[in-house]
Amino acid sequence: MAQTALFWIFAAFTLLAAVRVITARNPVHAVLFLVLCFFSSACLWLLLQAEFLAITLVLVYVGAVMVLFLFVVMMLDLHIDRVRRGFWSHLPVAAVVGAAIAIQLWLVLSNGSWQMLAAPANPAPAGGNTRALGELTFTQYLLPLQLAGAILLVAMVAAIALTHRRREDSLRQSVPDQIAVRRKDRVRVVAMASARPAGEAQPAAAQPGAGAVPGTPTGKGS
Amino acid sequence: MSTPSLSLYLLVGAILFAISVIGIFLNRKNLIVLLMAIELMLLAVNTNFVAFSHFLGDLHGQVFVFFILTVAAAESAIGLAILVALFRNMRSINVDELDSLKG
Repeated sequence: MAQTALFWIFAAFTLLAAVRVITARNPVHAVLFLVLCFFSSACLWLLLQAEFLAITLVLVYVGAVMVLFLFVVMMLDLHIDRVRRGFWSHLPVAAVVGAAIAIQLWLVLSNGSWQMLAAPANPAPAGGNTRALGELTFTQYLLPLQLAGAILLVAMVAAIALTHRRREDSLRQSVPDQIAVRRKDRVRVVAMASARPAGEAQPAAAQPGAGAVPGTPTGKGS
Repeated sequence: MSTPSLSLYLLVGAILFAISVIGIFLNRKNLIVLLMAIELMLLAVNTNFVAFSHFLGDLHGQVFVFFILTVAAAESAIGLAILVALFRNMRSINVDELDSLKG
């Protein structure tokens, strides 16, 4: 009896939070309601004796993915008014489609042969759900497990490659550029007269730093 | 001991799925809420998997949920990265304004 009451409480929280996710005006509120939805779903999964998956849902989804969503929502500067314009205009179509999907699913699900299925008398394997799941995952599903790891690696590399950008104003040392420097990049040899004959005015060739020649006050400006 | 039957769990999953479909219709302009609706859909499917796994006494369904969670996490990470890159370029995530490819 207690399990049934808990089921109704968790199911109600899940569905109400889901409704608020899709109708919340502020995306931050939507993410927080999504957290609530995942959390009550984890409670439902606990009722189904799937402890490992329930904890995984809380740790991985609520702890990591939803925080990622929150970061992105707060980073973006959203114009909610523009996005919300005409929000309810598609509600009739959406309601028809949603009701059709729910009713069809229910028609299929309520007429199946699994209606009579009761929970197995002793469904919890010895050693607990986590141990049984681990034994299955690391023996029979070893290759899919490795593939899942590869998928996560690919996702990480892709996410970094998509969002990484090189800062233009950072003063960073670039060793390859330093090694690639040649003499002509840094030293410029200027052809100029080494000394000027006395009494001969050559203002055009005069350099401001060439103070060795007296009597030529006009500099480069003349 | 009376426990909730399998159909009740399946009903919750079906309603959750329908809610997320409605959410995709309503939030058709807001890309980030679209991603959240997809997460809700996957949650509904996972709930069905876990319920069947429990009532059939078969753990393979839970292994499947495990892999679905992995793929969903990867999908949302890449989706959010694309969203951030898009926002940097367009200063908007309104789906209606993403019409650069329209001839």
